[in-house]
Amino acid sequence: MASADGGAYSYSLTVFSPSGKLVQIEHALAAVSQGTTSLGIKASNGIVIATEKKSSSILIDDSMIEKVAVICPNIGIVYSGMGPDFRVLIARARKSAQAYWKVYGEYPPTKVLTQEIATVMQQATQSGGVRPFGVSLLVAGWDIHRGPSLYQVDPSGSFWAWKASAIGKNMINAKTFLEKRYNDDISLEDAIHTALLTLKEGFEGQMTEKTIEIGVITVPTIEELEAGKEGGESGRPRPTFRKLTEEEVKDYLAL
Amino acid sequence: MSVMEYNGGSVIAMVGKDCVAIASDLRLGNQALGITSNFQRVFPVTNRLYIGLPGLGTDVTTLRERFRYRVNMYTIKEERDIQPETFAHLVSSTLYEHRFGPYFIEPVIAGLSKAPSGGFKPFIAATDLIGCLNFAKDFVVAGTASAKLFGVAEGLWEPDLEPEDLFETISQTLLNAVDRDAFSGWGAVVHVITKDQVVTRTLKGRMD
Repeated sequence: MASADGGAYSYSLTVFSPSGKLVQIEHALAAVSQGTTSLGIKASNGIVIATEKKSSSILIDDSMIEKVAVICPNIGIVYSGMGPDFRVLIARARKSAQAYWKVYGEYPPTKVLTQEIATVMQQATQSGGVRPFGVSLLVAGWDIHRGPSLYQVDPSGSFWAWKASAIGKNMINAKTFLEKRYNDDISLEDAIHTALLTLKEGFEGQMTEKTIEIGVITVPTIEELEAGKEGGESGRPRPTFRKLTEEEVKDYLAL
Repeated sequence: MSVMEYNGGSVIAMVGKDCVAIASDLRLGNQALGITSNFQRVFPVTNRLYIGLPGLGTDVTTLRERFRYRVNMYTIKEERDIQPETFAHLVSSTLYEHRFGPYFIEPVIAGLSKAPSGGFKPFIAATDLIGCLNFAKDFVVAGTASAKLFGVAEGLWEPDLEPEDLFETISQTLLNAVDRDAFSGWGAVVHVITKDQVVTRTLKGRMD
């Protein structure tokens, strides 16, 4: 019963082991900790999320790989773990954000969208015929109510807000590094550099603009908010989340 | 005869200086027969946001409960009060969900919305019975006396009215308009919303 492989309880997703564990969820977390490192840092005037993007062969066209995803103009996500599972969650999150827009005429606050993704991930731990998602997510977003916020979502469906966190292969080391480096009034520019330094700690091979992906939340000023949407009342909301281009990443790496 | 005129009733909302007002008559009838003179069709949504629901009486009750439910769920989920702009979109999408079997109501929304700088901004809006939004800067009208309300409001409204003057303007507009409409009248209720309080007054009107 207490064998190392999880024993008789390791195959059924929805049956608790006598020690109170759901073994498949723990296996999912193991899948996440084999994934590439990702991290997020909340700064005083924004958030940075970053990840390493390494391909197994030089023949792979890495310009097509996307690990930092835009969900809606104010929210972006990065993951560690299984790529295909991430793609499914991205599609769900985008749908959910658009559904919210259809009802309220604005995009969801970070917490509401995070909750929605977490619900999808929880359902995969309690439904028949499915397995848990093999990913952990870092959700970065900005909204008028709570300002910038950074959430982590795990395969179990639990989520927390962080000032800075790391997931994936080197998460323990990266978190220790972030604990030493973090302070509450760090600026976005400093946070981006700290993010790169943290990734560098556990990086195998050369860190270039091709092997790094960065997304940032920039907190809008009151003037920008008063200016309203782009193109008047019925226009598009000004984006607060964006991915850095390869040129921008290159410039940060050069410093 | 149209169901929109079956029970009668009218609502108007106006913008003032750092305040808004919303007012309605109190008649509920069965076509030309008056039934009651205390039928409320204006309801608070938050401390600074009101909605008026002129139209078919049974749908007033149904929609009021529907919006109460959806706003309560929003408040719990988002841990904040709903803003007037957001609520207007909620009203619009709720009505459009019933595009081909609509509620016979033309809602009017009035409230103060929070500005990014911390102050409050007057907001009024109205929709038709399938949720087509009309954001106005001055006043919005709806109900069986809407044509008359439009005319009187055009003549009486002016920009930047203080709360007391706005009360006088909206009251005179409503009372004089509903006197020219057989299906509206029998008293009125007026809410004036400012950043620290809402003043509600019940007015007497002609009973014929």
